[in-house]
Parts: sequence; C-alpha cells; structure tokens
Amino acid sequence: MGEIKLESKVPKGELAEKWTKYRGSMNLVAPNNKRRIDVIVVGTGLAGASAAATLGELGYNVKVFTFHDSPRRAHSIAAQGGINAAKNYQNDGDSTYRLFYDTIKGGDYRSREANVYRLAEVSTEIIDQCVAQGVPFAREYGGLLANRSFGGVQVSRTFYARGQTGQQLLIGAYQALSRQASTGKCKIYNRHEMLDIVKIDGKARGIITRNLLTGEIERHSAHCVVLATGGYGNVFYLSTNAMGSNVSAAWRAVRRGALMANPCFTQIHPTCIPVSGDYQSKLTLMSESLRNDGRVWVPKKMDDVMAIREGRMNGNDVPEEDRDYYLERRYPAFGNLVPRDVASRAAKVACDEGHGVSPTGLAVFLDFAAAIERYGKAEAFSLGVANPSEAKIRELGEKIVKNKYGNLFQMYEKITGEDPYKVPMKIFPAVHYTMGGLWVDYNLETNVPGLFALGEANFSDHGANRLGASALMQGLADGYFVIPYTIGTFLSGEIRTPQITTDGPEFEEAENAVKARLERLMGVQGNQSVESFHRRLGKIVWEYCGMSRNAEGLKKGQQLIRELREEFYRDVYVPGDMNEYNPELEKATRVADFLELGETMMVDALNRNESCGGHFREEYRSEEGEAKRDDVNYTYVAAWQWTDKDEIVLHKEDLDFKNVELKTRSYK
Amino acid sequence: MDMKLRLKIWRQKNAESKGHFETYEVNANEHMSFLEMLDVLNEQLISEKKEPVVFEHDCREGICGSCSMVINGRPHGPVQGTTTCQVHMRTFKNGDTITIEPYRAGAFPVIKDLSVDRSSFDRIIQAGGFISVNTGQAPDGNALPIEKEQAEKAFDAAACIGCGACVAACPNGSAMLFTSAKVSHLSLVPQGQVEHSKRVQDMVAQMDKEGFGMCSNTGACEAECPKEISIENIARLNRAYMGSVFGSQK
Repeated sequence: MGEIKLESKVPKGELAEKWTKYRGSMNLVAPNNKRRIDVIVVGTGLAGASAAATLGELGYNVKVFTFHDSPRRAHSIAAQGGINAAKNYQNDGDSTYRLFYDTIKGGDYRSREANVYRLAEVSTEIIDQCVAQGVPFAREYGGLLANRSFGGVQVSRTFYARGQTGQQLLIGAYQALSRQASTGKCKIYNRHEMLDIVKIDGKARGIITRNLLTGEIERHSAHCVVLATGGYGNVFYLSTNAMGSNVSAAWRAVRRGALMANPCFTQIHPTCIPVSGDYQSKLTLMSESLRNDGRVWVPKKMDDVMAIREGRMNGNDVPEEDRDYYLERRYPAFGNLVPRDVASRAAKVACDEGHGVSPTGLAVFLDFAAAIERYGKAEAFSLGVANPSEAKIRELGEKIVKNKYGNLFQMYEKITGEDPYKVPMKIFPAVHYTMGGLWVDYNLETNVPGLFALGEANFSDHGANRLGASALMQGLADGYFVIPYTIGTFLSGEIRTPQITTDGPEFEEAENAVKARLERLMGVQGNQSVESFHRRLGKIVWEYCGMSRNAEGLKKGQQLIRELREEFYRDVYVPGDMNEYNPELEKATRVADFLELGETMMVDALNRNESCGGHFREEYRSEEGEAKRDDVNYTYVAAWQWTDKDEIVLHKEDLDFKNVELKTRSYK
Repeated sequence: MDMKLRLKIWRQKNAESKGHFETYEVNANEHMSFLEMLDVLNEQLISEKKEPVVFEHDCREGICGSCSMVINGRPHGPVQGTTTCQVHMRTFKNGDTITIEPYRAGAFPVIKDLSVDRSSFDRIIQAGGFISVNTGQAPDGNALPIEKEQAEKAFDAAACIGCGACVAACPNGSAMLFTSAKVSHLSLVPQGQVEHSKRVQDMVAQMDKEGFGMCSNTGACEAECPKEISIENIARLNRAYMGSVFGSQK
C-alpha cells in the first residue's frame, strides 16, 4: 500500500455557500447513464434505507443488503427521543448557524466544519421529507409540528414521535425503499451479511456476502459500494445497541485499505437502566428527552445511600435538603440538559465518591416528582380546579408525564419491576453511540475510491461527542440529501465502465479469503463459546477505554486484547456447519472483527494525549475535573490503517477551524 | 431469586424436516429477560457441544419486531402488550414448565427451531404501503396542519412493529391487523389520501396472494398484539376496501 494522503475535498468558498455552490457545479450522471450503473448499499437503517431509496428514485440500479430478515429491523428503529432540525418554528433564535455551532461545540471541536455546516443546512429538508412520507410527528393543538429540547442546546429544535422517533423515521425510509423495490429499481437481499469488499484496480467494485439461511457465499458487483452499517458500540459487549449490531462491514473495509478514524470517540449515554446481573445481554436506554423534566440527583448523606442500597429506604424518603442535584449545582446554565459526555462523567464522579444508589453502587436517581407536581398544578389551573388536593395534582401531573414519556416509563417498569411514577428511576451511563468510524471526505467517500460510508458508520459530523437527536439527523441527511449528489463525483467518471463482472481474479481472491476465514473459525473446535469471548472483550474495553482512560491502562488493555485474540483463535467453539443457518458462526465472525477494532481503540486513545468529548484521559483535566483539550497538538482526525503485518499506523487529517473560535467548552 | 425451570422447546432442523419437542432444564433468575434465560440455555448447550436453539432477536427493547415465539400457547408469552424480549422471568414461578414454539401460520414457514420466514410482510408493504413522494419533492413540514388527535391516531396505527404475532394468534392465520394498521396509518394523514384506494386494493390483493387467511373477527390479533394495535384498524380497512371497490370512481 502506497502513501495515503487524506484530502478532505472541502469545496472552496464561504462556509454558508459551500454546499449550494458545490451542488450546483459538480459533475452529474445523466438519466440514460444512471440506468446502466449499479450501486451496492449495505445496511438498511436510516442512512442505508434513505440512500438506497433515493438512489433508486434517481434511476440507479441499487442492490441493498441487510443481515436482518427485513430492512425494517435495523437498529435505527430503536432511537427514542427525536431528530434535530434548524426550523426555528419555535421562534426561539434557532438558525442553521446555531445548529452548526452547537454541533461543533458539542463535539468538542473535533469535527470538520464544512461537513457539520452542511448537516445543519439540510436538516430542515429532512423534516419536510418525512412529513410528506406520512411520519406521524408530535403536533400541537393547532396542528403544527411540536418540538422539545435536548442536551447541550438552549433552543427547542427536536422533532419527535412520542418516544419512538427512530421507529417512525425508519418506517418512512423503509416504505420509500419498499416503493423502489416494487418498481425493481432496488433489489433487496435480506439475511445476507457482507463479509468482504472487492477492489478492482484500487476501486471498490463489489462485495462478498454470506446467505445466512443457506451459508452460500455469493459475489455481488457494482460500480461503487456504499456502507451504511452503523456503529461499533457492541465492542463493549454491554451497550444499548441491538444484539446484532457489529463493526464487521466497516472493519472488512479497513482490512481492504480504508481507514478507521477516531475509534476512541465513543459515547456513553448518561441515562440507561443499570446493569443487574452477570447474565445481562444488553442495556436499555432511557431517552435523553427525559432530562427535559427529570432531575438527576444522589443523596448527600452516606447513611441515606446505604439505607437505599439495602432497600430500607427509597428515594422519596430523602428530604429535599439532603439531596445533591449535582448537574444543577455544577452546571447552572444547562442544568440537567448538559451534553451526554458531561452528564455521564458527572454520574461516574458521584458514584466514585460513594453516592451510588443501587446495590452495586452504580446508579443515580432520575426523579420526576417535581415535574409531576409542576404539570399537575398547571393542568389543574387550566381545567379550573380550585384548591386542588395533592392527590389531584399528582393524578393530573402523572397524566401529562404519561402523555410525554408513557412508553419509556412502561419499558422501565417492565425491566426493573419498579413504578417510576411513584419512585425515582435509577439510571447509569452505558455505551450508546460511536462517533468514530470510517474516514470519509466531504463526499462521504473513504480513501478507497468508490467506497462510501454513511451515518454512524462514518466519523465525520460529531467530533468527540454527539448531541442528542443528531444521529437520526445525520443518518437521514447523508442518505436523502448528501450521497445522492456526492456519489456523482465518482460515478460521473464511470459512465463508460460496463457492468462489472464477478468472474475476475479479484472476486475469486476475496471469495477464497472469506471461505478461509470461516473455515478457520469453524476449525478451531475449542472449548469456549463465542459469547464468552465477547463478554471478556467487552469488560476489557469498558475497564480500560470506557468513561475514563489513562496511559497505563490503555497499554494494558491493548496487551489483554491481543492475548484474548490469540486465545480466541485457539479455543473458540463454533457449533454446527458452515453451509446452513448458523447464528453462532455469524457471531464468531463479528467478534473476530471486534477483537481487532478493540485494539485499535486502545491505540487511538493512547495516542490522543488530551481529553475531549467522550474521550476523557485522567492525566488531562482541569482543576475542576473538566476535560482539558490540547488544541495545539491534537486538532486532527486520527485515521488508522491496519497493515498486512497487523500493525496499526496513524494518518492525520488536520482540522482547520475558520469560522468558529476554539474555546474551552463550558456549560456552567 | 433463583429458579429452576423445565423448557419444552420445538426443535426443527430446517423447513423440510419434521420438528419435535425437546425438554431441557435450566437455572434462571427472576431479573432475567426471557431471552436472557434462553441465552443461558444456549450457553449450556454449547458447553455440552450441542446445537443451540435458534431464535430471532435483536434490539431486546421491544421495538425491532424480531422476536417471534409462542410461549405457553401465546405469541410473545403471558404479559399483555409486551414482546418476548420484554417479558421477565419474574412472570414465572420456580419449577414451572414452559412450552416454547415457533409462530405457526401457513404464510410464515419455519426456517429452523423457533425462527420463521416473515418476508411476506415486506411484500405486502411493497404492494402499496407507502406514500409516493420522491426525495426533495416535499413542501414545508408545517404547510399542512394535521389535527393533533388525528396525528395521534395515525401514530397508534404506525406503532406496529411487524412482528407477526397477530398472524400467529389468529385461528385463520390472517394478516388483517398488520395490513390494516398500515392502511390506517397512511389514510389518517392527509398526505396519504391521494393513493388511498389503490393502496387498499393492492395491499389486500398481496395479502391474499401470500396465503394469509381470511378475517373472521375473532379479535385474537388485538389481544396478543405487543403494541396493542386496535382492531378498529380492520374496520377502517374494510370500509376503505368496500369504498374503493363499490364507490364512485371520481
């Protein structure tokens, strides 16, 4: 592999005009040529489904792949809270620039200005598109769209559909994709997992897939390949990701020369249901929207803490003056709505100091009593109830809270067996999202020509920390409004390229490599399950590359992962056969890739001698314990190459801030 | 609290082979989810070098619609309005015997063990479960106000997770609740009106083609739906279907 030069390809000109001018002057592919061009899209979440549908509408022949049994099952479906857009419908001072600025600041100045501005710019079109598709967003009594607030911002710009916004947006995109499937412009391959990328003359020209039902290894060719395969949060084993979410498609791209950018930038979401036992398979998020109304606190007195842990007391029994509403105390300007990284670290500090309220000591309260009372009083007033009793106020207030967050409260009760209307929720941070991902330029193209990455799978928009309700925005922005244009920058040079044949030596080589990998995994016939390796990997990554990190731990973590990887290939046991439906084999290929990614995360975190966003290095903090960036030395994207010799090599893209001044992030 | 359970699980190698029940003993804990209890069983089977039980699952928070099994005769098990993944073992008692089967419906052939093929649902949506609007054609989101209550009703129908419990619950193996929920969602928002008549006819035709049974209004679908989708939607579909067949064509 030759020298890699990372060119961001950001167009020249004023920030606010870049995208419009670029769009107006880029090379296009004429409709008659689009008909002759094949595009592969891997993944059917918000980014993949919206991209595939839109590319199909434009006339390309699209082949869409998902390992799920239906495109609608992609994990975007589980996003709860909402989607941001700079509509300024609330007349509260929002604008494209403000959304851009909030996102750059929220990301702790580690994202690319031009990409983020474009994201803010197209955000408004997303809402329009989704409404036209029939997405049932929340509305006011006047029939217009409702908004709420999310962390790290001081405007109300989040559109939502109860606590199921991701579901409704994904169904919108899935339906758009289904429409293209019905016209034949998109061909959907369900239950097909991508196991390799095929490059011909350096360009991405196809993929190797495994039909998960039959085990058949298949070759698929196209003029270019789009990966929209989500994030890698499951490297931690326990996360809010779905069980099947994995890094393999992205990692296979890395093994074919793409670069993994900022892998240590992972988001720990502050409000999740705490771990309850060793058997636990995943963690469940409680939407950030709850922090609009819920107040986060821990007891001040250790006696109260112990009594609560032992079940002799519950949160309601702690008098007001003995509670530490630590977010409101430490960050008065944003209070409970500080960004996620800040809220998570603050919860960790409270628990590290011994104030955690669950038997494990790893939980804080999220309390709705004040909101229920406030809403109850307001409702009593508007209903004209004179001198309402406390019970009446509670009843009315609970009704309002139920309307806003009913499904979340219900979910909490089902999982924990406790009624959050009556006692405060117990929550703890959990891995939720990964800001890092495949390195892409302004066109969302990786350093491998013809290989694009969208949504959570790329690194581009959220820097070191993503703001709430921005993942849905980015997925749909990339799929509906960016890739349909930027893919033309590559494909306009391919209009004379005939259909790519799958008979060439490159496909042969890739197919053989896939088969050899599968045979290797099946052939170990050791004594430990895939799951047990995954759990152990997760513990290592959480311990040494979780909410706080230090150099010594990261070195140790890297060493432990290497040892685990070696043990994996020596002692893993995959039951069944290669040529049949075999979920254990699927897990094995994914865990094998996580074992390489995990090491890369350690190396990245060790390299970045600063604290920024979700990456908190204990050695680099202010006197008040806040993250301390090093803008002189680390204002760059760290893009990692995995070489054939299993070495991890750094390539840098310097970030150039022309429009915002790099400041210490303050939410005080 | 720890609990000892006996599981009677349907094992079937593939669509062609004949299935049978096998009995397993498993130790669980009341805080586990039902699927975590099955994880424990599978780890146990793997440690004995036996084939684990195949079941569909993914998000494990009740929204992806992957989980599909019949627990003690009920799709998604004993808890009202709850997917299998959100059923916790505290619902069961120490010493219980639990019977676990795949969905049984002609249009959902068994793939392996507890996993069935629900791609027929995708094809029903492809037949017309969408609004034909290309990306970029949309007017401003607030151009067309929608009555709050109307939007809420549309949401209630759109909350369907496509799990297929309605089909599994129905004595006729009918997909009317699934199909009608989509027809309702799209007919309750003004954007969906234009294609309404064609949509109803095309989706119903596809449903029949897939081999789903007729609806005889038993209401079992509504009772077992983990998202509590109402059979009002079926009434709405029937009305729309009649209207599209017998109504005036403009």
